[in-house]
Amino acid sequence: MKLTINGKETEYAGAKDRPLLWYIREDLKLTGTKYGCGVAACGACTVLVDGVPTRSCSTPASAMEGRKITTIEGLDSKAGKAVQQAWTELDVVQCGWCQSGQILTAAALLTKTPKPTEQQITDGMTGNLCRCATYHRIRGAVARASEIMG
Amino acid sequence: MAADSVSLENPSRRSVLQVIGLGVAGFAVGCSSSVRSASAAPGPGGLVSFGPFVKIGSDNTVTVLLKHIEFGQGVSTGLTTIVAEEIDADWAQMRFEEAPAEVPTYGNGAFGGAVQGTGGSTAIANSWMQLRQAGAAARAMLVSAAAARWKVDPASCTVSRGVVSSGSKKATFGDLALDAGKLTPPSVKSLKLKNPANFRLIGKEKSANTVTGRADTPAKINGTAQYALDYHPEGLLVALVARSPRWGGKVASVDDGAARAVKGVHDVFQISNGVAVVATDYWAAKTARDALKITWDDSAAEKRSSDAMFADYRKLLEKPGFEARKEGKGAAALTSGSGKVFTVDFSFPYLAHAPMEPMSCTVDFVPGERCVFHSGSQMPTVDQAVLAATLGLQPSQVKIVTMLAGGSFGRKATPDGDLATEAAQIAKHLNGAAPVKLMWSREDDVRSGKYRPMTMHRMTAQVNEGKIESWTDRTVIQSIMDGTPFGTPGKPDISAIEGGHDIPYTIPNISVDVTFVKSPVTVLWWRSVGHTHTAFAKEHFFDLAAKEAGLDPLKARQSLLAKSPRLLGVLNLAAEKAGWGAPLPAGRGRGIAVHKAFDTYVAEVAEVTVKPNGTFSIDRVVCAVDCGIVVNPDIVRAQMEGGIGYGLSAALGEQITLKDGVPVQTNFYDYAPLRLAQMPKIEVYIVPSSEAPTGVGEPGLPPAAPAVANALLAATGKTVHTLPMGMKI
Ligand code: FES
Ligand code: FES
Repeated sequence: MKLTINGKETEYAGAKDRPLLWYIREDLKLTGTKYGCGVAACGACTVLVDGVPTRSCSTPASAMEGRKITTIEGLDSKAGKAVQQAWTELDVVQCGWCQSGQILTAAALLTKTPKPTEQQITDGMTGNLCRCATYHRIRGAVARASEIMG
Repeated sequence: MAADSVSLENPSRRSVLQVIGLGVAGFAVGCSSSVRSASAAPGPGGLVSFGPFVKIGSDNTVTVLLKHIEFGQGVSTGLTTIVAEEIDADWAQMRFEEAPAEVPTYGNGAFGGAVQGTGGSTAIANSWMQLRQAGAAARAMLVSAAAARWKVDPASCTVSRGVVSSGSKKATFGDLALDAGKLTPPSVKSLKLKNPANFRLIGKEKSANTVTGRADTPAKINGTAQYALDYHPEGLLVALVARSPRWGGKVASVDDGAARAVKGVHDVFQISNGVAVVATDYWAAKTARDALKITWDDSAAEKRSSDAMFADYRKLLEKPGFEARKEGKGAAALTSGSGKVFTVDFSFPYLAHAPMEPMSCTVDFVPGERCVFHSGSQMPTVDQAVLAATLGLQPSQVKIVTMLAGGSFGRKATPDGDLATEAAQIAKHLNGAAPVKLMWSREDDVRSGKYRPMTMHRMTAQVNEGKIESWTDRTVIQSIMDGTPFGTPGKPDISAIEGGHDIPYTIPNISVDVTFVKSPVTVLWWRSVGHTHTAFAKEHFFDLAAKEAGLDPLKARQSLLAKSPRLLGVLNLAAEKAGWGAPLPAGRGRGIAVHKAFDTYVAEVAEVTVKPNGTFSIDRVVCAVDCGIVVNPDIVRAQMEGGIGYGLSAALGEQITLKDGVPVQTNFYDYAPLRLAQMPKIEVYIVPSSEAPTGVGEPGLPPAAPAVANALLAATGKTVHTLPMGMKI
């Protein structure tokens, strides 16, 4: 079966129930997508599936035929670039383990809602856990990214 | 996170540390294959060493070797900045890489120098002079080389942003590196360190001219940063271990038929800690582990539930323990003095660290020859000793490659090298068949963790005529240090009540004592260690006592901290910035707490809004910190923000409870860390200081929970007896 990841077609022949996360990390060696919980509870494994933030730990790779998957390594949308710039300006990261998921989630939020209210930022981002509690800066950086997008 | 300052003042403990250290001393390996500079790998140009901490490349890069792990606290920026300042480099040419495991060269001075490790918020404090000297020595060598090349007086040379000049002559560090590296390093005595007034990078806010941001940001926002779990060599096998659901349980029998039938399974076998499953990938290993049928022998296991354990703790609270502090008449004053005596008990659950990156490590073992260990460990030399002993190698045959760690909060600093031990046993069994990565799932992390000890405090005070006359603080707790090389046999581990026995308030009669309990449940230092509970008991109870005495919480603190100017400094700054005393609408409350941890002083003011049904939100936390000289103000702020968030996380939602000895919580859906929606707005203010720098990774945490409890007390009149408090009072 063929999957499209970061614009490239790959052949998936693994177990039917194997989560996309492990295929991306172990087979494709795209290690920017992180494992945090394995049960859709933290957001560390977030990838975009047809632009929608999706928890790859709880999504079987075999269900992704014909879908466009974007990982942090392939993020190059306008919103994605703005988010990365804002993350740099505010130095959001600490340990960094959650940040691929945060950045992809923020990019999807801003693509859909380029001028989010404070509440929309909270609602859009609160599903992504950060044990380093960089939340304060995440809020600021999403708002800043929205400014950068103009 | 690791050994605290209290224990390390103890010379006998230090000598024990030296014993472990000596077992692995005198070993050096290169680390070139493990270069993991988050900004960019040092160029291919010849790298010239300037002592153990600095390498300069012909490509003009200056690489700082970090003896501390980067797990988010910012050492890759902070330690690099110290060298950059003294060597007078341009920030853009700075790189970092993790040092190999090697003591005493890379030992932690705060741990006696014999263990290489990160913890106790010591990284900047114990590296400060060492790295200033390393930078100054390299600078002097570069100047000597330039002066010799140009045949000028070294005194005529100046250095600025990576360029040495004399008159019209100029050379970059890269041009000079090869010549300079051949010179004998100057003696420490002859070094001229910069006058702090001339610092160009240290203490400066981010700007185009100074430190332009965290050194680890670029790789962490584009997915290229490499952590322990990301290491994936060709032919790798993945291992998971089925551990006893109860601490102290042992494997009685295993039926591994179904597990072995799973596609991709390579082997299933017992190790000391349970049953290991080795497979081609994580999913196969997990599927096989789920299919194991294991009968456990629980004869020596912990079988109590948390309620029963707390009941046992309560009984022990009735009796005096080891008295670590006595002022005036101590506890006797409570019966002899006059005034109102009142008592409050506080309970604290076991806590999991739950670093965002679950634990993992990879062992590549060539029997009889060598082993390479990729890990994100806080104590590389402990792991090295464990691997060598298990695999029948000399420590010099064990190369440790320290990767980035996705958080730790103390979990990856085990005195027994628990992760390395399991991995070594698995690698030994595989006998070099393939490199093997041991992974802990999140469930493993939550359920088999080493926890912040479950704890109770009984606080008693006597209040008379508007004064706190007596104060007693009794703790029941498991010791973290006892039975480890960090413990001192026969001596009570008073680090368990750090921050409580050294209560800074001037109160005429004080008694602080501790009773230790034992359980097979494994415990470990958890971000800010003893301060996680002592600060809450001390600071929330202080407000209760002040209330009994009819005193304002701020004024009462000010009057009893006259002998502690730095505590007073942060207290007053936080109060001023928070607008202490300004009226708040009904349903809102403001609370303050102040605490010293790891030689850093922090005060926090929290503001809460309580709805009529008792649910509340934390609206704002104002923090003031005094950590001596600040290397990077933005990272100090970030660590305060993160420490507050981590503290609130435990205060509001985190707990491990046991049912018949088995943890009830499993993963992030029931072990509930703080979410963005719960995070207050945070403001951080830094007290200017010329004192030696102290750490910031942990000290932001302790005042957060009591400040919130005090705000709730102000808003509702209710006491918080138990953590986590939930989102409702
Ligand atoms: S790893 Fe997928 S949501 Fe946590
Ligand atoms: S930066 Fe460490 S978990 Fe988010």
